[in-house]
Amino acid sequence: MGNRAIAEIQFADYIYPAFDQIVNEAAKFRYRSGNQFNCGGLTIRAPYGAVGHGGHYHSQSPEAFFCHVPGIKVVIPRSPRQAKGLLLSCIRDPNPVVFFEPKWLYRLAVEEVPEHDYMLPLSEAEVIRQGSDITLVGWGAQLSVMEQACNEAEKDGISCELIDLKTLLPWDKETVEASVRKTGRVLISHEAPVTGGFGAEISASIVERCFLRLEAPVARVCGLDTPFPLVFEPFYMPTKNKILDAIKATVNY
Amino acid sequence: MSLSHHHLNTNILPTLSATIPTPFPLVFSAPIVSFLSFIFSSPLSLPSSPPIFSPFPSSLPTRKKMATAFSPSKFAAQPFPLNTTSQNNPLTIPTTASPFLGSTRKLIRLSSSSNLNIRRRSGTVVAVSDVVKENKSKSTLNLLITKEEGLELYEDMVLGRAFEDMCAQMYYRGKMFGFVHLYNGQEAISTGFIKLLKQQDSVVSTYRDHVHALSKGVSARAVMSELFGKTTGCCRGQGGSMHMFSREHNVLGGFAFIGEGIPVATGAAFTSKYKREVLKEADCDHVTLAFFGDGTCNNGQFFECLNMAALWKLPIVFVVENNLWAIGMSHLRATSDPQIYKKGPAFGMPGVHVDGMDVLKVREVAKEAIGRARRGEGPTLVECETYRFRGHSLADPDELRDPAEKAHYAARDPITALKKYLIENSLASEADLKAIDKKIDEVVEEAVEFADESPVPPQSQLLENVFADPKGFGIGPDGQYRCEDPKFTEGTAQV
Repeated sequence: MGNRAIAEIQFADYIYPAFDQIVNEAAKFRYRSGNQFNCGGLTIRAPYGAVGHGGHYHSQSPEAFFCHVPGIKVVIPRSPRQAKGLLLSCIRDPNPVVFFEPKWLYRLAVEEVPEHDYMLPLSEAEVIRQGSDITLVGWGAQLSVMEQACNEAEKDGISCELIDLKTLLPWDKETVEASVRKTGRVLISHEAPVTGGFGAEISASIVERCFLRLEAPVARVCGLDTPFPLVFEPFYMPTKNKILDAIKATVNY
Repeated sequence: MSLSHHHLNTNILPTLSATIPTPFPLVFSAPIVSFLSFIFSSPLSLPSSPPIFSPFPSSLPTRKKMATAFSPSKFAAQPFPLNTTSQNNPLTIPTTASPFLGSTRKLIRLSSSSNLNIRRRSGTVVAVSDVVKENKSKSTLNLLITKEEGLELYEDMVLGRAFEDMCAQMYYRGKMFGFVHLYNGQEAISTGFIKLLKQQDSVVSTYRDHVHALSKGVSARAVMSELFGKTTGCCRGQGGSMHMFSREHNVLGGFAFIGEGIPVATGAAFTSKYKREVLKEADCDHVTLAFFGDGTCNNGQFFECLNMAALWKLPIVFVVENNLWAIGMSHLRATSDPQIYKKGPAFGMPGVHVDGMDVLKVREVAKEAIGRARRGEGPTLVECETYRFRGHSLADPDELRDPAEKAHYAARDPITALKKYLIENSLASEADLKAIDKKIDEVVEEAVEFADESPVPPQSQLLENVFADPKGFGIGPDGQYRCEDPKFTEGTAQV
């Protein structure tokens, strides 16, 4: 296999000076050299996402910028066990991969992680909770918030199906579509600002594929369209209550 | 290095002798005294970093002339050098007497640079403090500052130190959160530079910006409130620790990103020059100071801005606060040539290295650099060798640095050094200084109380100032401002 380069960017907020090289060079090298050269399976890991006290420059979620670039892959784990499997897959993948790690989970997540070598497949979404009334799609640390919302909705008799996308680019449209065909409603949640966030891509694709099956508009519960605030973080974030409100609104549409 | 120091001298000498009849040493009164003082004190006490000006090769040296002109006997008495321990300098800069003598010679105003053989690039030093001073300096005591100035410097440094210590206390009590980076140990640079500025001059800083804001004149209350995230803070609580702005005092921000502030500072300097030359506001001579660290000097934006500033002769001073550590990366391990001041002449501006633990030395160099900028002679790169006593941020346990290194620099605490200087030269008494300490403690306590009692920003502030419309996303279909719509908590802000 040869040697693989793994780069770390200390905070995803600081990845922008490298954005030029990632987007213009790493993503396009194989393409523009006609497969004579490639960037050697580069993996870039960066902690992303809110952490409670990060402020403007330690909490951003830039996954949407990278999802717009053909030629790279974007992968986001939701837990330690997933992180190990996905990271090993990313490293061994011959394409350039940007691996965002939710920094909220660094100190909070506790899980049993197998010590042997194992890889989790990229571009496969996972249904982590079965349900029949509404499909929830998310990734990273947001899933734990969505899970809490699902539990609360359960008490109101709403059965929620929760999907972890795992890989954002290229994302698993089939799994999400199959789930939406089952439930007829979908809600997407992410920390990044709502306008132009990756939820928009999911929403558009689902509408294209499942328009007649949908019983309610696709709901997006995301961060607000402002720079990530310092003191107002609780208001900015897509919290459990916001998701719960949206679930109820969608189900009762 | 010694050879090239001498190169410049012959070019300057002819001009100088034509204009200034007085014997050489007295031309260099105040600024030189501090530089020369450590040569003339005991040999063991050579400080780690006399100002060294990056040389520029032109023609042949004349060592003999210099030796006679600079004989020690011409100085009757020298004030005590502030920092006398200098053995373990991590940056081993050769400090033998002769090249040093050569370099001081360069503190001569290039009054008519056309006569000189120095071509386009003025990579060597230039400005000197006023020739006028030489007439006063025949007294036996050549002090660098007056009593008022000394007390002002002392007060500013103590304010910086006390404020930062209080920040640490507040952080550990949970009143302040987020990432806080303290400036302990580097106060001499902030005080030495910023106290020479006018209100309209601008300061651009890094994430270690509380003390820069305080030195520039932002009140301790405003800074403390900002740290607590309250609405009375200097940015209304929006930014927190790393984002100190003040339109009134022209503080153009702390920047969380390293190197991001330098282009902004270059732009501010460009504005000043543009106003003067294109918009013809003849009295606009605002200077901009850009502060940044040693890690930033390996960043592309730094070099791009050095190029532009030198190209257009912008009124800016690039101040490198070299505290040898970029979070946890040692400067010596990360940089091909650790002597940052040498990067100035590569772009055509003077590069100066100064001991950043000594506020008087910093002040002298600052006077010249700022004076240069004000006169329109272009930028200067000043490297200040300093140290941060605490870790990178309050979340940093600071385990990576060698305790011996920390102890070495702790012994050169700028506040203690200035205190010693003031007392030994009878500029101030212990009582005066204690009174200042007490006053500053009260100011900082009061700032904390004020910040505690201030209100938290209202929820509507969240959507404000995203665009130019201060009320956020304008007026919604129901006739109200959208940011005041209670439904905005549902998670989508429709524009």
